[in-house]
Order: sequence, then structure tokens, then C-alpha cells
Amino acid sequence: MLNAKPQADRPSLLLRGVRKTFADVVAVNGIDLEVTPGECFGLLGPNGAGKTTTIEICEGLTAPDSGDVELLGLNWRTNADELRQRIGLQLQETQFSEKMTVEETLRLFRSFFHRGITVEDSIKTAQLEEKRSARVGTLSGGQKQRLAMACALVGDPELLFLDEPTTGLDPQARRNLWDLLDRLKQEGRTIILTTHYMDEAERLCDRVAIMDHGRIIALDTPPRLIASVGGEHIVEFAATSRDNRDGAVDPALLTAIDGVESHRLTAGIHQLSVRELHTAVPKIFSVLASQGLHLDEFRTHSATLEDVFVSLTGRNLRDE
Amino acid sequence: MNNLEFSSLYQLTMMRFRLFLREPEAIFWIFIFPILLAAGLGIAFRNRPPEVLQVGATTLQLTQALNTDKLLTSITMDEATGTQALATGRILLLAVQRPDTTIYQYDSTNPDARTAKLLADRAIQTAAGRHEALPTKEELVHETGSRYIDFVVPGLLGMNLMGSAMWGMGFAIVDARQKKLLKRLVASPMSRWQYLASFLLSRLVMLVIEVAAFLGFARLVFGVPFRGSILQLALLCVLTSLAFSALGLLTASRAKTIEAVSGLMNFVMFPMWIFSGVFFSSTRFPAVVQPLIRALPLTAAINAMRGNMLQGLSLQQLIAPVAILLAWLIIPFAISLRIFRWR
Repeated sequence: MLNAKPQADRPSLLLRGVRKTFADVVAVNGIDLEVTPGECFGLLGPNGAGKTTTIEICEGLTAPDSGDVELLGLNWRTNADELRQRIGLQLQETQFSEKMTVEETLRLFRSFFHRGITVEDSIKTAQLEEKRSARVGTLSGGQKQRLAMACALVGDPELLFLDEPTTGLDPQARRNLWDLLDRLKQEGRTIILTTHYMDEAERLCDRVAIMDHGRIIALDTPPRLIASVGGEHIVEFAATSRDNRDGAVDPALLTAIDGVESHRLTAGIHQLSVRELHTAVPKIFSVLASQGLHLDEFRTHSATLEDVFVSLTGRNLRDE
Repeated sequence: MNNLEFSSLYQLTMMRFRLFLREPEAIFWIFIFPILLAAGLGIAFRNRPPEVLQVGATTLQLTQALNTDKLLTSITMDEATGTQALATGRILLLAVQRPDTTIYQYDSTNPDARTAKLLADRAIQTAAGRHEALPTKEELVHETGSRYIDFVVPGLLGMNLMGSAMWGMGFAIVDARQKKLLKRLVASPMSRWQYLASFLLSRLVMLVIEVAAFLGFARLVFGVPFRGSILQLALLCVLTSLAFSALGLLTASRAKTIEAVSGLMNFVMFPMWIFSGVFFSSTRFPAVVQPLIRALPLTAAINAMRGNMLQGLSLQQLIAPVAILLAWLIIPFAISLRIFRWR
């Protein structure tokens, strides 16, 4: 399907020192990025972290105040027309004309590109065959999102930008879209997506940049980012004292346990990152018992990118 | 067909048609409403045939004499009944036969009663044997082109062209901007001039239907005259529509919401509804504001159309309003291209 194979020796996307300020808000505060051909790259962060501004700078919709942006070895100042032909994109919250049908909308977008796939193929790829003649206004949220994907694909792009592709979708529709993205990855396209769902980034992305306040605070593959927390498992508990109901636990006692990498206390919940659950958990119990503490809550889960974000910023991804 | 399929100008223009035709309200306001308005005004201000006046007389002889005039109809009644009928307005005049004279009882402040008196006196004198001193002859005139409907049809045409061009441009653009569709389109390789050109192309096609339906109705039902060149009238309609499209584009060039653009549109069009002489002549406004009124695009459009349709003037004779319309086409278009917000 993909005709012009991207050259492997040149990055598909290159950002150097990119900054953008709106009024007195620094949206993007000096970003360097390099995305290699065929890679699925994720920008992960809470709302307001600067993900959308970053991706719109890449898409040539927003001009950076300073810094260099290079896509497929080209830049927006001198090669805008060629770049528009070679990239595909999906924006947050685009509403296509409700009175147009799916097929008419795709025909319109296809007509903008010199080369690309047929409208027929784009309908098939987005699994909208049954909705071909339906008006856009009658589509479900997931179908509208697949239409947006189809519009991004009609030009058979080498480089695909997706801004929050699954935000607002129900779990089934999200999984459908993930399957579609898997197929696009297998075709060798370079995909750059933003998301504030860490499970999405873990599931789809080869590498993830975690953004906060306009900066990239971590960049690596999801497994390595998770490993950087120091433990593969997270233990969370809340404890109260039988005597004074204070529940104070000395963190030093907990971190002294073999296999416990770090301790954090947020909103009365203790969080420990732990290497091996089966050896650490009995020791945690005995420490708590020796302090005369009673466990109110206790749970464990495998570490996720969410935990990476929490350990880097002290905040939860969805706090904002 | 295959080439058209891949022509983005064709696809963009087709989108405009589809969106318009799938909006039934828009079809009503642009095609049906002006015709209904013209029909209403035509009926309200139609030239009525002269009315037959009700009178009364106290003798059969007088009644017969009065009924010889086509514009009078007389009933015989006694004087008491007649006085009462006069007081309640059922008759305009009572002719009372006295031994030595005939008395006309009527209200001289009522114009119809005065007319009835003149007609009644003539009928009774003629019946009594009066001869005219001079031979005279009547020639009845109902001149088309000087009726109210003839005056108002070019006005309504201009107003309709203004409304359809401004709303057609403004709503569609701001709607696309508000829904972030405009941003999505400019993020694709769509050419921006084609996007704007698709509005003008679809406008021109719809203009043909809109103008033909309205003027056809005015011609068939009211016999409104077309004294100038039809081709030049068509050119005037195109020029008017393009000028208002440019003004609509300017109005919509920055607005982010439908509410904002609606307010702006009404702000721009309101002075023209009042001052541009749609329903009555703009010369009724004071002389000091006349240059301003003449500079309004709708005034220029309506003056040019009245000149063409009612006076049969050619484009050379209408150079002033045409120049004003051209200025309204070029200046707003140039400004909006500079300030247009594509996202």
C-alpha cells in the first residue's frame, strides 16, 4: 500500500529546541525529538502539558517561536505543499459536515491529494462499509473517529499524526481503533500520536515521550520507562493505628525493606515501588504489625506509565 | 466524470450544493420567501377597480336617474329611513325630492360622499334634459411600471441577493471554523483559493435559479416590466451577488462563532434594509445623508436594477451604481484575504 518507502537513514521527524509561547503561557519550552521511520511514537502527558501544541507545530499548523522542525528531511518554510501531500493527520475535535455522507467526505479529501489510496480502500480500512452512504451526523463517536482516520489515510501518508485519537470513545471503540493502528504500523508507516491514556501509549507506542509543562521529562520505550521507577510492582496501602488512629508510618522503616525501591504518601495512601512482590509483601506486613498499625486498604498492581508519571512529577496524569 | 471525481474544485463546489440542498430552511428563505413577500405586497397594493357608491333617493324617478350612472347604485326609501341610513353610513348621499327643488344630503368632509354628490347631480341633471356644452371623451390609463409592485420587485430582488450571498458565505465559513473543519481542511493539501472559489461558483449557479424563479413570478403574476436588456440585468445580478459575497466573506473572516457572525451580519445589513430604498424611495431621507445612502451597496444594486427594469437604462447609463458595486466587490475581498482566519 505504501509506495514511497521512507529512507531509513533519515529521521521521519526531527525537532530541535522548539519553543512556543501563547500570550504569557509557555506551551512548549524547548523540545528535542527524533522519530525514526516506521516507528510509532507517543507523546504522553496530562491536559495542558503542551502535547497538542507540539503536534500542531509538527503538522505545520502552528509556527514555533524558535527552533527547527524537519519532517521527512523537509521543512514547512520551503516545502509546505509537498509536506501536505505526504503527511496524514487527525486533529482533536474536528467535526465533519453532518449533512455529508461518509463517502462524499472521503471523496472530498481524496481530491486534495495527487496520489493515494482509493476512497473504496479507505472505507474498507476504516471498516465503514456499512456506513458508506450514511450522513456523518448519524455516526457514533467511534465511527466518526474512524472517518477522521480514513480522511488522514486517503493520501497514503508516510507520516501520520494523531492527536488524542481515542479520547471520548467507549472501550470497545478504543480497541477497534487500536487494531486499526496496529495494521497501519505493520504497513511501515511512521505514526506520531498524543494521548493522556497510559495504557494506550503502552499498547501502541514503540517509544514514549512524557511531557509536563511544555517539556519532555522522560523519553524511552515503555518497558524501560517502567523499569526506571525502580520496581515492576506497585504496592498501595492505607493504615491506621489502634492506639491513636493517626496511622503514621516511618517511611525509613518501609524503604529499609529489601526489594522496596521508593515510598510516597499521597492523600493518605502509601505507595511503594517493589521489585518482587512475594518477598517484599510479607516483610511490609510484619513492619506494619510491629508498629501496631491496622491495614484499611491494601492492593498491588504492575507498574504502568502512570506510575512513571507520578514518580517523575508527584502528580497523577488525570489530576488536571 | 472521472476527471471531475479527482478535481478538488468540483468536490468542494458539490459540497456547497449538497449542504445547501440538505438544509430545507435555507431553501425556504432563499427561494420561497421572496416570492411570498412579493405576492403579499402585490395583493396589498394592487390597483382596485373604482368602487360603486351607495346612495338613496326618496322617489322612484330619482332612483332611476341615479342608477343610470355606472358608479352609483340607488335605493328608494322614505326620508326618515334615508336619514337614518345616512347617519349609519349605509349610504353616502340621500336625494330628497321637494316640490320646488331636489336636496342632496351628504357629509362634505367625506371624499367619497363628495364624489357621490357630483355624480348624483350630473345623473339627475342629465335625466332632466341637460346637455353638455362641450363634447368630451374619456381614455382610461393603467400604466405598468408606475405601480407599487413594479417599484418593489427590484427592491426585493436586491434585498434577496444581499441576504442569500451574505448568509450563504458567512454561515458556512463560520460554521466550518467553529467545528474546526476549516482547520482540518487547511491541514490537508486543499488549495485555499479553491475553497473560496467553490463558494462563488455554487453561488452563481444558485443565483440563476433564485433570480429566474423570483422574476418569472413577478412577470407572470404581476406583469412587471423588463424594459432594459435582460443580459445586462443578469450581469447586474451577478455583480450584486459577488459584491455581497465579498462583504459576507469580510464579515465572516474573523468571527469564531455563529452567534458572533449573526450579530455582525445584522449590523452590516440593517442600515441597508432601512436606507437603501427596498420598500420606499431612499430620496425620502434628508439631503445631507443622500451621498452616504447612495454609497451603500444595496442602494447601488437596487438603483441599477430599477434603472434597467423600469426605465430601460443601459449599463453605460448606470455607470455610477455599477462602479459603486465594483468597489464593494474589490475592497472587502482584498481586506478579507489579508485578515482571514483559517483556523
